[in-house]
Amino acid sequence: MLLERLVSALLRGTCRLVTGAQPRWLCDPRVLGPRVYFANHCSHLDTVVVWSTLPDALRERTRPVAARDYWGHGAVRRFIAHRVFDALLIDRKAAEGAELIERQRQETLEAMTAVLDAERSLILYPEGTRGTGETVQAFRAGLYHLARARPRVPLVPVYLGNLARILPKGAALPVPMQGQVVFGPELHLAAGEEKQAFLERCRRAMLELGEGRE
Amino acid sequence: MKLLADRELLWLIGGILAFLAVATVIAQVLKGRAKSESARATVDNLVARIRAWWAMVAVFGIAIATGGYGSLVMFAIVSFLAMREFMTLLPTRRADHRAMLWTFFLFLPAQYYFVATGWYGMFALLIPVYAYLLLPSVQVLAGDTEDFLARSSRLQWVLMICVFCVSHAPALLMLEIPGYAGEGAKLLLFLVVVTQVSDVLQYTVGKLIGKRKAVPSVSPNKTVEGYLGGGGLAVLLGTGLWWATPFAPWQAALMSLVIVLAGIAGGLVMSAVKRDRQVKDFGALIPGHGGVLDRIDSLCFSAPLFFHLTRFYFT
Repeated sequence: MLLERLVSALLRGTCRLVTGAQPRWLCDPRVLGPRVYFANHCSHLDTVVVWSTLPDALRERTRPVAARDYWGHGAVRRFIAHRVFDALLIDRKAAEGAELIERQRQETLEAMTAVLDAERSLILYPEGTRGTGETVQAFRAGLYHLARARPRVPLVPVYLGNLARILPKGAALPVPMQGQVVFGPELHLAAGEEKQAFLERCRRAMLELGEGRE
Repeated sequence: MKLLADRELLWLIGGILAFLAVATVIAQVLKGRAKSESARATVDNLVARIRAWWAMVAVFGIAIATGGYGSLVMFAIVSFLAMREFMTLLPTRRADHRAMLWTFFLFLPAQYYFVATGWYGMFALLIPVYAYLLLPSVQVLAGDTEDFLARSSRLQWVLMICVFCVSHAPALLMLEIPGYAGEGAKLLLFLVVVTQVSDVLQYTVGKLIGKRKAVPSVSPNKTVEGYLGGGGLAVLLGTGLWWATPFAPWQAALMSLVIVLAGIAGGLVMSAVKRDRQVKDFGALIPGHGGVLDRIDSLCFSAPLFFHLTRFYFT
């Protein structure tokens, strides 16, 4: 327990020092959840920045969704993923064959809804993979399926700014510039809303948070 | 605590505290009188500014009291924070990443290391020569020529303003002035007090009697009356502080004039940078003031000039 707490504090402190990120809340930061936080993905820092800017009570109830092929490898990564982030590891690598793919998708969805049913929140990246940070790519369908499975759980768009400049793809060390974290107002899937329309609405909501910068 | 035994230093610090105390009382009186919406906003900002001044004076006081290394560490942190604010605002590309790492993790610590060791040659040349040539070399090796001249110039600018210029303030402590050994802290205090009081008085006089806008296209709040009145008063104050410096009164007056003029230039230049990047402030770390760089813009310009004039004529 002590080691987990120590590593957690160290990670948060380093993150604060490196990115100077102060969260801006446009929804109520006191609501314990469950919620689905969905963020743009452009740097390895994304998860630790969102996770460390959440208030303590929320952070303890929030599980980042992370790729098993990265976080499941090596003792250090596994320790951080399981014991510090309490991450929900999912299989990103597509299985072979239509039937297997469908089953994998179903399993991922079930794992995520189980977290929400346990009154805990999720952090996920609907773009799937990390982008360059210049644009936000189209969202994958997972967010829609999750929203349809648990329509009452609020979705919170999170905009991460500047993190791709601080630690871009392929870089080992971060440049300590100022990062930006904005938690937007809660969203819900509207009754009868089409998949593409919903995903585009979520994406726009996230992008608008970034445009609000001074 | 040899410094605390220095009578003149205690007078300086006591004067600053008294000045702040008077300002706090005046702000409270104004707060009671403010009626209109805009007057209240101005007074609230004034109260926030004064509160932040107490905090800044506390930090600076501790730095001075812990001697040379304390001041050095404080200014290194100021450089770091200023550089973070500045760099964040500038458009950079993926290919600049390594060069940016060098500015933060190599040139910034190295510059302060040379101040600490008193190696004047490297202190003066590290950034204008070595960083000047190394950074674009690192950038070009990343292979991206898009916008290259502008990209490399931006990095040079950030490093010059935030590290090279700022480091001249604590470097005052390494000057060996005959008959003034171990008293460099007062010289540093003189520079900072004249620079900052000039800023404050320009703002105050401008608010009170400012009519004619000095440079409306760059900084609409600056007025001719503010510059002349505030700057003039700051020169008078600096002249009145000659006893704490190695200068005769007329020398202190000229030095103060240089500090004030450089400070005005620094404020305008950094305002133009903000306009260019379409932001109001460099950051939000200091309530009422904006970012660190908003507070030290005038010091960035006054410190190197004051340092070199002092070094040239008095050592």
